[in-house]
Amino acid sequence: MSKKLIDLQHITKSYDGHTILDDLNLYIRENEFLTLLGPSGCGKTTTLRLIGGFESPDNGKIIFDGKNITNLAPNERQLNTVFQRYALFPHMTIAENIAFGLKIKKKSKDYINDKIKYALKLVNLDGFEKRSIDSLSGGQQQRIAIARAIVNEPKVLLLDEPLGALDLKLRQDMQYELIRLKNELGITFIYVTHDQEEALTMSDTIVVMNQGYIQQIGTPEDIYNEPCNAFVADFIGESNIIDGIMLEDKLVKILNVTFPCVDEGFGTNTPVDVVIRPEDVELVAPEQGLLSGEVTSLIFKGVHWEIVVLAGGYEWLVHTTQMHPVGSKVGIRVDPFNIQIMNKPESSDEKAVELDA
Amino acid sequence: MVKKSAERIYLTLIFLFLYLPIAVLIVLSFNNSKSRVYWGGFTLKWYQKMITSPTIMKAFGTTIIISLASALIATLLGTLAALGINAMKKRNQTIMLGATNIPMLNADIVTGISMMLLFVRFTRLGMGTVLIAHITFNIPYVILNVLPKLRQTSKYTYEAALDLGATPLYAFFKITWPQLRPGVLSGFLMAMTMSLDDFSITYFTKGAGINTLSTMIYTNMRKGINPEMYALSTILFMAALILLLLMNFGPSAKREKASK
Amino acid sequence: MRNLKRQLFAGPYMIWIVGFILLPVVMILYYAFTTSSGSFTVSNVLTITHPIFFRALLFSLKLALVCTLICLVLAYPLAMILNNMKNGSQGFIVFIFILPMWMNFMLRILAWKMLLSNNGIINTILGFFGLPDLHIINTPAAVVLCMVYDFLPFMVLPIYNALARINRDVIEAAKDLGAGNITIFFKIIVPLSMSGVISGIIMVFVPALTSFAVSDLLGGGKVLLIGNIIEQAFTQDYNWNLGAGLSFVLMIFVLVSMTLVNSRDTEGGANVW
Repeated sequence: MSKKLIDLQHITKSYDGHTILDDLNLYIRENEFLTLLGPSGCGKTTTLRLIGGFESPDNGKIIFDGKNITNLAPNERQLNTVFQRYALFPHMTIAENIAFGLKIKKKSKDYINDKIKYALKLVNLDGFEKRSIDSLSGGQQQRIAIARAIVNEPKVLLLDEPLGALDLKLRQDMQYELIRLKNELGITFIYVTHDQEEALTMSDTIVVMNQGYIQQIGTPEDIYNEPCNAFVADFIGESNIIDGIMLEDKLVKILNVTFPCVDEGFGTNTPVDVVIRPEDVELVAPEQGLLSGEVTSLIFKGVHWEIVVLAGGYEWLVHTTQMHPVGSKVGIRVDPFNIQIMNKPESSDEKAVELDA
Repeated sequence: MVKKSAERIYLTLIFLFLYLPIAVLIVLSFNNSKSRVYWGGFTLKWYQKMITSPTIMKAFGTTIIISLASALIATLLGTLAALGINAMKKRNQTIMLGATNIPMLNADIVTGISMMLLFVRFTRLGMGTVLIAHITFNIPYVILNVLPKLRQTSKYTYEAALDLGATPLYAFFKITWPQLRPGVLSGFLMAMTMSLDDFSITYFTKGAGINTLSTMIYTNMRKGINPEMYALSTILFMAALILLLLMNFGPSAKREKASK
Repeated sequence: MRNLKRQLFAGPYMIWIVGFILLPVVMILYYAFTTSSGSFTVSNVLTITHPIFFRALLFSLKLALVCTLICLVLAYPLAMILNNMKNGSQGFIVFIFILPMWMNFMLRILAWKMLLSNNGIINTILGFFGLPDLHIINTPAAVVLCMVYDFLPFMVLPIYNALARINRDVIEAAKDLGAGNITIFFKIIVPLSMSGVISGIIMVFVPALTSFAVSDLLGGGKVLLIGNIIEQAFTQDYNWNLGAGLSFVLMIFVLVSMTLVNSRDTEGGANVW
């Protein structure tokens, strides 16, 4: 494991009496691609702006590479930001935009020209030096914004929803570009997005946030497969989230039917949330299932069918490659490994879940 | 903190520079003494004199008529023109807007003289010529206010209305007009302000015996200053203040901001 | 073809343009290039080379430049302070600094005439403190002072608008790339507000160059600007051809200076560094 590069300690921030972040603790390792993921207003952009130095926290400390940078101005921090709407300087050419930071550092002309060439090559826009900003498409402007940031050789690159303004195809292409860039540069990326697919594709670590609280920190696989609460489960992909009662270890009662599972340690007769991913629901013959019901809707999604089954009074969302016509009777089975058991929210952190839901 | 107070001081100084002269005029308008320096007690007699002065009242009436009429006609012509220009090809638009810029860029004195030269050749100077001159320099302000609104207005909403069965006229008044209205209104107000404030162009295009407030004050001031003028200033300043306050912070302004 | 029909809305205005915008310009040209008997001449226009007229033109130019410069120096910091105010009262404060613009032009001159006159308020206050009198009425200084007062809001407003249009992101990006406040001001804020400065300069310079009322009323006949000369040609000497000739020169002069200012703008935009 590489060392901690940035450490946010007990960060609190509020605007006009409205608390945005409440006692946030988070560290970012060297060379990590860390994504802050959450709905708008969850505090992810504020967190990024605190790291960038555009805001200062009401309470708490920001440690960068062992030094306290909490009160350092943005221009004195060894990190650079790629802004949501690019924030290119409209009165300068592309080369001038990229050279901006280097000229402030009084680098030599040759050095600057080399850097511009290198950066433009890196973002696949060789030869664009003399072009004006207006002549670029959104995707090209975004690449220039990235080039402008990385020529300064920051230890950390902060990206604030950089792909938000691009169309779907371009966004997907840029995701791969960003991963490639990160690997070539070997620096830390802190990425803010509300798009769970972006987060899952690119990140080493995902931090799911809601209402100013961190909900879960983990690898994309962890977050997807083992969501720690209903908010995370619901935010990351589609889920069936059902009220259940943990009868004892490895046995949960859902919709009055007892399902075997693998979770332990919830005590006996404890109310819990049960999360089952739509692709983990198996449709079988009615008599073979733990529950039986009727198909009420069927939509072809290309790779799979999206089916809604009314069973036990709950509308189960199911993804399957097998077609089941509307009206047909089916049984429902779930592999014990695919049943996620989560505590009902009770602490203040988790209340946020309910507020949002 | 030092910067903050420096800013405050600067704002205050500029504020004093802008308002002290006006404040002095207002104070003197209530001064019983004719002196510009000594306070002779409170009086409203200058206001009374102002109201009973036929010169001032006639100029006041002329100013109101000219500015209202010219702003109205300019708004009508300008809005129609903007609609037409918006439908034109790029090249023709450039030509039209170029011509529109002439009275805006030309010095007032040159515009005034050029119109006078035209008028004296074909007609006599009088109310009519002043009106035409005011309309001419007002139209550009209307066009410049309406055209951007027109360009913002998606033509698809108009087409959608037609698609839903509206006649072109109905679609225009129900769909396009509400979106244009703020631009037309600000064009009208701007035209009226320009007209109220104009001196040079009126000066050259008015005939003998016709005066707007501007030209009347000018003639008056060349002879010396009457305290009635202070009273007039006070009233005009208050009128501008109230009108602007209503426009900027009145209920309709709020609604407009909210609807954005 | 409905499009063509819609273009016809501009018809009345086109007639208006021909009748009341283009034709008057033709009239100026006609008078400028003919003698009083109607034969062609260039002498009216060339009169500008006559020392008296030429000096008046140069003097007007100097006065207008000084006035524009003072307005710019006063207005830029003011616009910046106004733009940086983030509280809810910003709209109202901006309003206060624009309001004097809406008071009749003549009344603003009247106010200064009264303040500055030899036995006016300013001198009375100076006298009260035992300070020497200020004799600037009937001098170019009074004319410049009053012009600055008259035209200052015309400089503040466009600069303020241009500053308000600058995206906060751009400022933050510059900070992020290591720029301090001074660098941000000169490399980002100034170039990006240049369009406002340019329109402010035009809105102040042209009326300052061509006005005749201020110099007439506060100059006491001693400050002779090109505007006064043209006005007198029409109202006192009844030499319309001469007046038109000088008007033509003034028109060209304004046109050329505006082109110069505008071209400076586009060049400046490209070579910031």
